Amino acid sequence: MAMKIWDQEYECMSRDELTQLQLERLQATLNRVYKNVAFYRKKFDGINFDPEDLVELDDLEKLPFTCSRDLSDAYPYDFFAVPLREVVRVHSSSGTSKPIVVGYTRQDLKHWSQLVARILTAAGVTADDVVQVTLNYGLLTGGLGLHYGAELVGASVLPTSVGRTERQVTIMQDYRSTALAATPSYALVIADRMDTMGVDAKTLTLRYAMLAGEPWTEAMRAEIEDRLYVKATDNYGLSEIMGPGVAGECLHQAGMHLSEDHFIAEVVDPETGNRLEAGEKGELIITTITKEAFPLIRFRTGDLCSLEYTACECGRTLARMSRVLGRTDQVIIVKGINIIPSRVGDLLEEIHGTRPPCQMVVHREGNLDKITVLVEVSEEIFFDKMREQRSLVEAMREKVAGGIGVTPRIVLVESGSINREEETAPGVVDRRKLSQ
Amino acid sequence: MLTLKSVHTFYGNIHALKGVSLHVNQGEIVTLIGANGAGKTTVLKTISGLTPAKRGSVAFEGRDITRMAAEEIVRSGISHVPEGRKVFGTLSLRDNIEMGGFIRGNKREVRADMLHFREKFPILADRWHQMAGTLSGGEQQVLAITRALMARPKLLILDEPSMGLAPLLVMETFKIIKTLREEGTTILLIEQNARAALHIADRGYVLETGKIVLQGKCQMLLEHEEVKRAYLGKGYREVWED
Repeated sequence: MAMKIWDQEYECMSRDELTQLQLERLQATLNRVYKNVAFYRKKFDGINFDPEDLVELDDLEKLPFTCSRDLSDAYPYDFFAVPLREVVRVHSSSGTSKPIVVGYTRQDLKHWSQLVARILTAAGVTADDVVQVTLNYGLLTGGLGLHYGAELVGASVLPTSVGRTERQVTIMQDYRSTALAATPSYALVIADRMDTMGVDAKTLTLRYAMLAGEPWTEAMRAEIEDRLYVKATDNYGLSEIMGPGVAGECLHQAGMHLSEDHFIAEVVDPETGNRLEAGEKGELIITTITKEAFPLIRFRTGDLCSLEYTACECGRTLARMSRVLGRTDQVIIVKGINIIPSRVGDLLEEIHGTRPPCQMVVHREGNLDKITVLVEVSEEIFFDKMREQRSLVEAMREKVAGGIGVTPRIVLVESGSINREEETAPGVVDRRKLSQ
Repeated sequence: MLTLKSVHTFYGNIHALKGVSLHVNQGEIVTLIGANGAGKTTVLKTISGLTPAKRGSVAFEGRDITRMAAEEIVRSGISHVPEGRKVFGTLSLRDNIEMGGFIRGNKREVRADMLHFREKFPILADRWHQMAGTLSGGEQQVLAITRALMARPKLLILDEPSMGLAPLLVMETFKIIKTLREEGTTILLIEQNARAALHIADRGYVLETGKIVLQGKCQMLLEHEEVKRAYLGKGYREVWED
């Protein structure tokens, strides 16, 4: 299978060349964050580390991790390493307390497009393709991130964004889309809708699907490929690091090629923080080495995976990342959005000042993820009058929807009736079956 | 071809280079830019063995040359054209050039190369037997580069070749550098005129007080806000952009 490689010079580098490049870029990044980001200056001073002490890549291990909470605490701009004047785009994602706000310089955006172009090319996309981007266009990184990479490849981009599935199917038919960018569950929603609309996927021009944004399985891949008549590839990105484009599979579907010339990846034991060997499963840690506005040192992604360094059949030499095998924290991912369960309680507390016992139940209806929040009724929030209760439920739904980005169903239940034994994580019952 | 890893160099007590890593690939022109005193010249002197690194390593074609004597380093294929040219003013052009080939055993080849350069640079041919001190700054620069080329270097290191030259001669010097690369010489260049350097080089490193803070392809650096602000002042535009 002859496959194109977008950036041969970097994607097929020898390990020696790559190591030198990573060292050079890491040292420059450390010099910059030490000078420009108060958080890092304090952290480095605290352990008596001067960037000039980093002599080889392995010295990175001496540095502390950066956690999601650190980024939330820096809300909105305290983690930026350049003046706001040089930031030309801002995205954000949900954090622990406050959203995580990330910025991009002009150069960051150029790199981002290049890296997305790499994964799209690896997934089969060329200038001849019509790419339908059904990821969210907005503050989240998915839509716009993918968009500019697809334009750079020269494909015709349909920025349909997410939702209005019937229209998506019509567009796919009429505009003759050849490649689909979606979350895996949305790809299945589209397949379902085709069934109800009586559209035969075989008659479509669709050939490739680039899927990301939530945990999925080989079984889902098989189903998507089977029902949409596409070659489906996995890719990985996270807004804290950049967005889509961090890693992506080639058509050999043998793990996601991670752009190590821009990101140094480590896998550590989530309990001890110690580095693990190639092939061992642990938490992915990423250090950005070309990011200007929002560089991160040893960021804990919370994603569990393993890394493989053997060369791929396609010729790329960069490390290959396994499918994300789970999360280290309690974060659950619904419709591509990360939700920290305790955040739901925080939001409900904001309504009345007290925190009602509650539980988040996630389930899948057909191929669509739904969230139901069970809230125990206490005296403070007990209302005789039906109407007031309804407006309370309404207020809760709006509050939670605004805070986590997904609209839940709110169900008031009797005090003491929430069953904690079913919980898959504290405060959460995840009923979606995601067997590997 | 050339690889520096976490190099620390001192002048007495002054810590001039603080963990500098960089590399030059075969056939590339790579440039270092930075303010005066950032350590650019020290990087060159560290490579050519004039002020060896105290920590870290310098490797050339896979060999460790960190603590090699300067003369050995020239023999291994690195020639250094120092800042201010440093030609021997009381010697003739011919003798200056011949001296550049002192490490080479085959004198017939040395003579052949001298003839070659005499034809290549008419500026030199006309004054072949004059004392080098009588040449203008630009002519001296051409002489200094020619002298360095006599060692048949694989890597040519140039320190501020345009310093003190009139604009026209600056362009002339840069043309010569371009030709040399086309003929297969790899070049590491320091240049005050950052815009000119970034225009002819492939990649660049930005040095700040002994540390590298930015690196990348020249096109990227030319468009970089920080580089524009700090190093691409207005004045240079007229000199270079054609």
